[in-house]
Amino acid sequence: MLYFARWKIALIALTVLAAVIVAVPNLLPASTAASLPSWLPHKQLVLGLDLRGGAHLLLQVERDSLIEERAETLVSDVRQTLRAERIGYRNLRAKGQTVSLTLRDTADAEKAMTALRPLANPIPSGLFNQSTVSEVDLALDGDRITATLNLEGLEERVRSAVEQSKSVLERRINELGTTEPTIQREGTDRILVQVPGLEDTRRLKDIIGQTAKMTFHMECSDGSLGEALQSRPPAGCEIAEPADEADGPILIESRARISGDDLVDAQPGFDQRSNQPIVSFRFNTRGAAVFGNLTQDNVGRRFAVVLDDKVITAPVIRSPILGGSGQIEGSFTVESAQNLAVLLRAGALPADLTIIEERTVGPSLGQDSIDAGRIAALIGMAAVIVFMLLVYGLFGIFANLALAANIAMVFGILTALQATLTLPGIAGIVLTIGMAVDANVLIFERIREESKLGRTAINAIEAGFSRALGTIMDAQITTLIAAIALFALGSGPIRGFGVTLVIGIMTTIFTAFLLTRLIVATWVRSSRPKSIPI
Amino acid sequence: MPLRLIPDETKIPFMRYAPLAVPTSLLAMVASLTLFFVVGLNLGIDFKGGTLIEVQSSAAEADIGGIRSQLGALGLGDVEVQGFGAPNEVLIRIEAQPGGEAGQQGAVKAVQDTLGFSDYQYRRVEVVGPKVSGELARTGTIAVLVTLIGVLLYIWFRFEWQFAVGAVAALIHDVVLTIGFFSIVQLEFNLSSIAAILTIVGYSLNDTVVVYDRVRETLRKFKQTAITDLLDLAVNQTLSRTILTSLTTLIALSALFFFGGAVIRSFTAAMIWGVFVGTYSSIFIAAPMLIYFKLRPAAAGGSVGPAKA
Repeated sequence: MLYFARWKIALIALTVLAAVIVAVPNLLPASTAASLPSWLPHKQLVLGLDLRGGAHLLLQVERDSLIEERAETLVSDVRQTLRAERIGYRNLRAKGQTVSLTLRDTADAEKAMTALRPLANPIPSGLFNQSTVSEVDLALDGDRITATLNLEGLEERVRSAVEQSKSVLERRINELGTTEPTIQREGTDRILVQVPGLEDTRRLKDIIGQTAKMTFHMECSDGSLGEALQSRPPAGCEIAEPADEADGPILIESRARISGDDLVDAQPGFDQRSNQPIVSFRFNTRGAAVFGNLTQDNVGRRFAVVLDDKVITAPVIRSPILGGSGQIEGSFTVESAQNLAVLLRAGALPADLTIIEERTVGPSLGQDSIDAGRIAALIGMAAVIVFMLLVYGLFGIFANLALAANIAMVFGILTALQATLTLPGIAGIVLTIGMAVDANVLIFERIREESKLGRTAINAIEAGFSRALGTIMDAQITTLIAAIALFALGSGPIRGFGVTLVIGIMTTIFTAFLLTRLIVATWVRSSRPKSIPI
Repeated sequence: MPLRLIPDETKIPFMRYAPLAVPTSLLAMVASLTLFFVVGLNLGIDFKGGTLIEVQSSAAEADIGGIRSQLGALGLGDVEVQGFGAPNEVLIRIEAQPGGEAGQQGAVKAVQDTLGFSDYQYRRVEVVGPKVSGELARTGTIAVLVTLIGVLLYIWFRFEWQFAVGAVAALIHDVVLTIGFFSIVQLEFNLSSIAAILTIVGYSLNDTVVVYDRVRETLRKFKQTAITDLLDLAVNQTLSRTILTSLTTLIALSALFFFGGAVIRSFTAAMIWGVFVGTYSSIFIAAPMLIYFKLRPAAAGGSVGPAKA
């Protein structure tokens, strides 16, 4: 137990030294550490958002809105298909994820099914595997045809909506000019957005909360707004609410003439005459052609720019706009014009996103937590060191050396793994300080017992170590079970606590089994004790 | 000469107190569960959903009453305003808003619009929607259960089944009493409370295993001794270690409690409670269970000295 081969001593010393060297850059200011040459260890601890401040938003793709939109598209596809085939039907409607209709003539059933079958076309799934899933299940029951969006297809839609949303969000958030935001998928239908250092999340939320689906509609030409409000809008038209409540609603054609997808650029600016904030935009070639024709054919009529179902402006076309660029004058503030430009440039989200969890910590609170954690750790450590000295004297010094090495190794491993340190993580380290000495206490108490049984000093130390190590192992492994549960099932900060606890357990086993033993063995060899001073 | 906290060779008849301690603990557990069901936990937003906002006033002292009346007028339902840490810091809790996931964000906006950004700094904003809070409650419960099962299996594997049952009984005792503690003190119960419970489980287990390890060793050494004497011996032999370790852990936790800041204070408070409960349960629950589950027939009379080791 007390004999160490040379190479083992070297290995133990090197391990501790390596951990210390890796941990050292944490003592430097961040700027100094970053400017160290690359061959020196220069990594610092990764601090969690609760320590360095920042925004954590968990977003969920609204499955229902996705289903609704798909069902609506399916209704209009069915309508077009059957109209083209001149098949009579009634009661075409969407309910949930099922679109149903009743044929006027049952004899048309086969013909209708054949015509509708292409709608059930498989959608490509996955980038590499070319397997495909069919999105729509068609069924015929007498004169009733139902087309159901199946689960497989919906999952696929949700999956691709999450992917698309991720890249749209990346583009939008990068426009904020913050440092290293992370945007990642969580589970099947969620996206986690983390933006370090961001204190005021209003702009961030404005920017990610909007779908930003922009469409251009002509004002409805058959029927007046008054009549529509009284009864119902004429076929193919709808009432659109204004974005600014000061404006009234307007009756527009349901069909969008051009959409935001055709925009290539959008910039905030000021109107040259009124000096009001505006957003200027430019279409791609296709959009420019459509917009040119539209404005040429409809001089004198109104058209509406609709953003997320709200009319932001509805000007009268005074002259054809042929260059493919124009400007939107809504009731903008400078900031809302800027936001809209960002949103239009980044493109529309494929589905609504809802914020289902937000955790934002201001940098000042984060710094306070770091300071408090540091003070608590230092005081806790100092108190434990003094306590061990008082209780064990010389062996207390051994235990304290092991404790110092232990904590240095925790920091070294955290730094090397670039694991995230959170506030509960600091608590985990302080707890490790308290519990790490348990291993030494177990060993020392056992040595004391053995020596009281009348063993010689060296024998007692031998026996003390060999008996105590089994206990330490059992005790640490059971604690490890709880720590792993914390790590596996926790999220964010709690996971950080699990991480430091797991690392603390491993370093404690290392220091108890090797380091303390090496220190005691060295002492035994150099001073050849007759009795044990504990 | 080093300090001696615990006299050598203590011979405290712990198991003689077991017939008193076990029913008392059972009673305490019943009381805890009653409190839990009648009074209930002071659930934080992690499990209940809702909004938590920590603001720092630019004035030296925050006008808590003023904030309360301003926010009370917003019609956000139950709004709780209390001091937190320094005198210019205020914690605002708002109950979950109607309108599902999307409804929650409105509360933050309403508060920020009312208090403004010039007089107050928003140090922390946490909003948890109903879906997430349900999931957190579920995974938290699963974490505790998985840990208990994992421990049961490990100890069964390493010792005998009576030890596994005893250890888990002690852990359930600790978990139930900790929940009782949360109910009676009305300490906010949030995600970090689950972490605290799991850590208490880990700590208590650590303690129990040390005692059990010694019990197993003495079992082998004294083949004929009655189980109660064996347990007393094992507990007494490990007593000074038990006390020293509890003390160092308590020292570290106290440092965290007093200097670690308000954010983790409730976490630390629960842990401190857990050190006491966990230490107690290793001696007075985990050990007696070995008697009740007949690890060794009580009638094994005749005390012969140590058997050949």
